[in-house]
Amino acid sequence: MAEIAIPKEGFGVTEAIPLRKIGPVERLLGPETYRIVVALLKTPVSILGFTLIAFFVVVALAAPWIAPPLHPNNPYDIPRDGFKSEPRPMMSEWNKEVPPLPAWWEPIMGTDKWVHLLGTSEGQYDLFYGIIWGTRTAFKTGLIVTFATLIIGVMVGSISAYYGGHVDNVLMRGVDIMLTLPYILAALILAAVLTPKIGRSLLPATIALIAFGWMSYSRIIRGDILSVKERDYVMAARVIGVKDSRILVRHIIPNAIFPTLVLASLAIGDVVLSFAALSFLGIGTPTGYADWGQTLSFARNWITSLSTYWYIVVWPGLTLVLFVMGWNLVGDALRDVFDPRMRGRGGA
Amino acid sequence: MRRLLLVPVMLIGVTVLIFAMLQFIGPVERSALYVRDFPRNERAIDGIIKRYGLDQPLYVQYWRWLVGTVDASTGKRHGGILFGEFGYSRTASQPVADLIKQRFPNTLDLTLWAVVPVIAVGIWLGIKAAVHHNGPIDQGGRVFSVIGTSFPTFVFGLLVLMIFYAKLGWFPPGRSSDWASQVIMSDAWRNYTYLLTIDSLLNLRLDVFADTLRHMVLPILTLAYLNWAIFLRVTRSSMLETLRQDYVTTARAKGVRENDVVNKHARPNALIPVVTLAGYTIVVLLGGVVITETVFNYPGIGSAAAQAAAQLDVVTVLGLSLFIGLILIVSNLVVDVAYGYIDPRIRLD
Repeated sequence: MAEIAIPKEGFGVTEAIPLRKIGPVERLLGPETYRIVVALLKTPVSILGFTLIAFFVVVALAAPWIAPPLHPNNPYDIPRDGFKSEPRPMMSEWNKEVPPLPAWWEPIMGTDKWVHLLGTSEGQYDLFYGIIWGTRTAFKTGLIVTFATLIIGVMVGSISAYYGGHVDNVLMRGVDIMLTLPYILAALILAAVLTPKIGRSLLPATIALIAFGWMSYSRIIRGDILSVKERDYVMAARVIGVKDSRILVRHIIPNAIFPTLVLASLAIGDVVLSFAALSFLGIGTPTGYADWGQTLSFARNWITSLSTYWYIVVWPGLTLVLFVMGWNLVGDALRDVFDPRMRGRGGA
Repeated sequence: MRRLLLVPVMLIGVTVLIFAMLQFIGPVERSALYVRDFPRNERAIDGIIKRYGLDQPLYVQYWRWLVGTVDASTGKRHGGILFGEFGYSRTASQPVADLIKQRFPNTLDLTLWAVVPVIAVGIWLGIKAAVHHNGPIDQGGRVFSVIGTSFPTFVFGLLVLMIFYAKLGWFPPGRSSDWASQVIMSDAWRNYTYLLTIDSLLNLRLDVFADTLRHMVLPILTLAYLNWAIFLRVTRSSMLETLRQDYVTTARAKGVRENDVVNKHARPNALIPVVTLAGYTIVVLLGGVVITETVFNYPGIGSAAAQAAAQLDVVTVLGLSLFIGLILIVSNLVVDVAYGYIDPRIRLD
């Protein structure tokens, strides 16, 4: 414990006050950020969340090993066992176009016969491959959309807050307008009209989610900047004649961006959810692309016989729920950490 | 008053936005819906493009959509959304106005029946969780709400369909059974409100009423579960905050019974933010819940818009977006004004 010596006489203080030791990490992050990070790493809820996220990261990275693709050049094409529409049950044998046997299969099962581990969906698309490679699709779209929306949101929000007045008014009314229609509906319309232009791929849905996803960030950072803007160091910078753009980029944004960054990092779950929703509505990826939403949408044609083919809903559905839940658990813990009313109550 | 003036501005904004997005569909593709033998019938395509001005710049097209065109020889006006002419929906094979008239009551019906279970139960759960802060009820509620917020609507929808329809056969998707539809289509049936549940009661057809409700159970359950999580969370945190305030402590110190402290002193104030949330939830439900309606094959306004968008039916998408936008903007305004009355501290304008 580092101690600070206080003169015995004067001020009426008689004892030395022990100070908390400040490690290099805390010095780097700053006290507020450090407190949040530590609290997050200590809460059981967020540990569970981080574990789920880590699990999916591992699955995404190890996809070629867990489920070696039939065509290494198009790993996202789900291998299909024939063209019959009827789904095939779990553990049924693979007949046509068998993909290479994964290395982990034989030691565990003691056989070299590769099966449809989780069954096949409509059109004989193998669910196991769809789920494993869909994890990569999820991370890809989640990261791209989150990153792009964050950048656009921060740009619009900071310009709006810093300049204020008419600029602020116009930009924020624009945000209001873009928020009027339900998010999914607006994104659906844009993705639908983009699809014939750029073809079926990840792009239309990704662009649509970016176009209608940035507004909440711009609102949040706008609020934070409005409070940072009034601080003395900003005034000082202005007095010594620093350019507007420099004040904004070097002085204000770094001090205001943290809450927005945290929110954005946890939004990946929601983005993946929205993307899956668009796929489910039939917009986006080409048929047979490894994408959870599309895999689930196959089930729509089998609703009356879902008690027999339960696996075409349960497995991809469970995957999607666990993925989103991982991010939500961390987010839930974070909300408690951020909530000042909980501070010091050990109730994080 | 200023807010009221913003309504038309917002509406113009929303429609311009949709209009601009729809420009991604070229004139030729836009005429596809109206031409037989597309795309070989070039003459017909050219005719449609010319007649409807599909090759004109954006602002000309937008103006034509707003006020329509006046035929120079007869002086008759064609189209013009400001004159109530929403156009004809090719994909629905009926005028867009009729489509709205047919679909929106269904959405309204669903909203009416979903509101009470969603809001009342959500608030009740939240208060229970706050009163038993950190107890087993609170922890249970927390797990419940994290699961609820993590469930994509369509996954939950498919799962309940699997259990309650495919397996048990209790609650079918759709709007009504065949026999009930026949009753509704028959001459004896009278439409009073166009809301099926209320009309069936007014027609004294309890069997139709029961059938209609049976079809709405699963969408209501889905909407309820996903929203309970949010209501639980907001009510809980607001209630926790209120319970910590001095006047609540004062009440306890005076010896007020705990039940009265919670129900009479704390709850009314704690519910203020919840009332706003409730308002906005109703607004969202009114705007049509695209995915819920699609999963359950429920013929509401949201699924109509989604279908039109997927089939690139420009006229229908525009008409429906304008209508949904109008509903959302006006009801948001109502909620904001109502909020001012509930909590005088934040009355703004």
